[in-house]
Amino acid sequence: MKHFFTLLSHEIRMLLVSVSTYIAATLFLAFMGFIFYTILESYSKAPQEVSPAYVFFQFFWFPVLFMVPMLTMKCLAEERRLGTIETLLTTPVTTTEVVLGKYTAAYLLYLTLWGSTAGFFYILRRFSGDVRFLDPGPLTGGYLFIAVSGLLFVALGVFASSLSRNQAVAAILCATMIFGLVFGLSWLAGSTALNPDVLQPVRVVVDYAQVFTHRDDFTRGIVDTRQLLFYLSGTVLALIFSILGVEAKLLHS
Amino acid sequence: MPDTPAIEVTRLVKSYAGVTAVNDISFRVARGEILGFLGPNGAGKSTTMRVLTGYLPATSGSVRICGVPVASQPDEVKRHIGYMPENNPLPEDMRVSEYLYFRGRLKELRRRMLGPRIDEVLELCDLKRVRHKIIGQLSKGYRQRVGIAEAVLAEPPVIIMDEPTIGLDPHQILIVRDLISSLRGRMTVIISSHILPEIEVTCDRVLIINQGRVVAQGTPADLRREILGRTSYQVELAGDLAALPVLLATVEPTLQVGAQGEPDAEGFRKLTLTTERDADLGEALLRALALPGYRLRALSRTNPTLEDVFLAATRRSWDAKSPELPKK
Repeated sequence: MKHFFTLLSHEIRMLLVSVSTYIAATLFLAFMGFIFYTILESYSKAPQEVSPAYVFFQFFWFPVLFMVPMLTMKCLAEERRLGTIETLLTTPVTTTEVVLGKYTAAYLLYLTLWGSTAGFFYILRRFSGDVRFLDPGPLTGGYLFIAVSGLLFVALGVFASSLSRNQAVAAILCATMIFGLVFGLSWLAGSTALNPDVLQPVRVVVDYAQVFTHRDDFTRGIVDTRQLLFYLSGTVLALIFSILGVEAKLLHS
Repeated sequence: MPDTPAIEVTRLVKSYAGVTAVNDISFRVARGEILGFLGPNGAGKSTTMRVLTGYLPATSGSVRICGVPVASQPDEVKRHIGYMPENNPLPEDMRVSEYLYFRGRLKELRRRMLGPRIDEVLELCDLKRVRHKIIGQLSKGYRQRVGIAEAVLAEPPVIIMDEPTIGLDPHQILIVRDLISSLRGRMTVIISSHILPEIEVTCDRVLIINQGRVVAQGTPADLRREILGRTSYQVELAGDLAALPVLLATVEPTLQVGAQGEPDAEGFRKLTLTTERDADLGEALLRALALPGYRLRALSRTNPTLEDVFLAATRRSWDAKSPELPKK
């Protein structure tokens, strides 16, 4: 892990000079701002039962679907397309260091972007002067959920990028995987396909892997270690597959 | 271990999905030697180089760099080499000095040493003027030199460059050639190239490979003698050609008339004479052809270039291989 920090600072620098980062950031903040505005509008019209933070995090999936692919599509696909992966891997760095460096850089950027939405809540608190709007429970829970689920989403993006040398393909693949994880599993849980007794174990697994349920638990302030484990193990698996993906492409290049 | 060869390749085989790119290659390169790697497209040059760097695993055979086996200690080997791949891939959106700094850190140069070393390398490769430019905006010649600067940055004992002079203008080729020559004795260099005179001037030894096999190796002079095996003379002559072979036999028994050109307006033809003798027959030929009935306008001994050697060697290996080739 000697070169990890060299690679990480290089990757962060590269993300900060890349146009796609700023496009992703602008789109993200514009969309989240719009959602926040709509929430405030509905709150100003009629009293609501839940805090604005709870509603805000309900829409986490939409920015994730376009932002994560934009942040991660470049990382390995671009290296392979330009051939710089060859110069990179002929220095004393390991594939693991390369993949982890890229993953960490993308994840930190993801956190920073989400972190900047905290400004919305600050503005609300400042100008409404009402402490009730800033319910610390759902807010902390919500951001914790974003941080934990982001681990897995960004790892999926890195994995998608390791599979193709075309950025567009990587981005679409990443969006599809995240869509499958979030909506596919929730649809599967609601369908009757898993009703037969034989499929009960599968149903149990699918019920655990409900991203929406996790979000609701987190925003209610419940931090379940099983859910943490789900995201952590998923992340580790996706990263291992990314490393294998890069190495397999070398063997068959 | 000063006496271990810098590079030792033994019976190297590399095949991809049923295609054998490198087939049983063995060679050694001594320390401080510059080896030229020649071969037509698809001969296995780049593949061999990639195996040497540890980027690709070999199918069978062994490669040692400075005595360290590539297969079992790839990380150690990577500390001993500077590698410039084919087409010289560089990141588009970094500045030259930033890129060299990043690469230096990856190659485990100490931070304190890195600044002066980067200045040194920029000076060596004549890149000082563009050090703050973005690589994506540099011309081909500059990019190529950035690649070379990167390869020599950590002062590795072995430098491997895949076609370092491709796409450069003659002036830049001269700079690169001088640069490579200046490494002679200090570092072992392997370069591959299509530009044969380049190799001839720069390299101590040449290795010609074709279809994944070594077809010839040695110094350029050795190769000429070994592959072509004869000297040839170019004459421009007018006169009776039928009597010529008899006349030539009196000069030197092995002298033969090779290719003949068409006579021009004044009756002169271009003839190629070949002989197996190494000694210079120029004077004897001039005397013999000064006889009445012949008019001689020009006589020169042709020096076979490495190009001829290369063509002869690769053709020879094509000929040797072609009967075995499966018909598709």
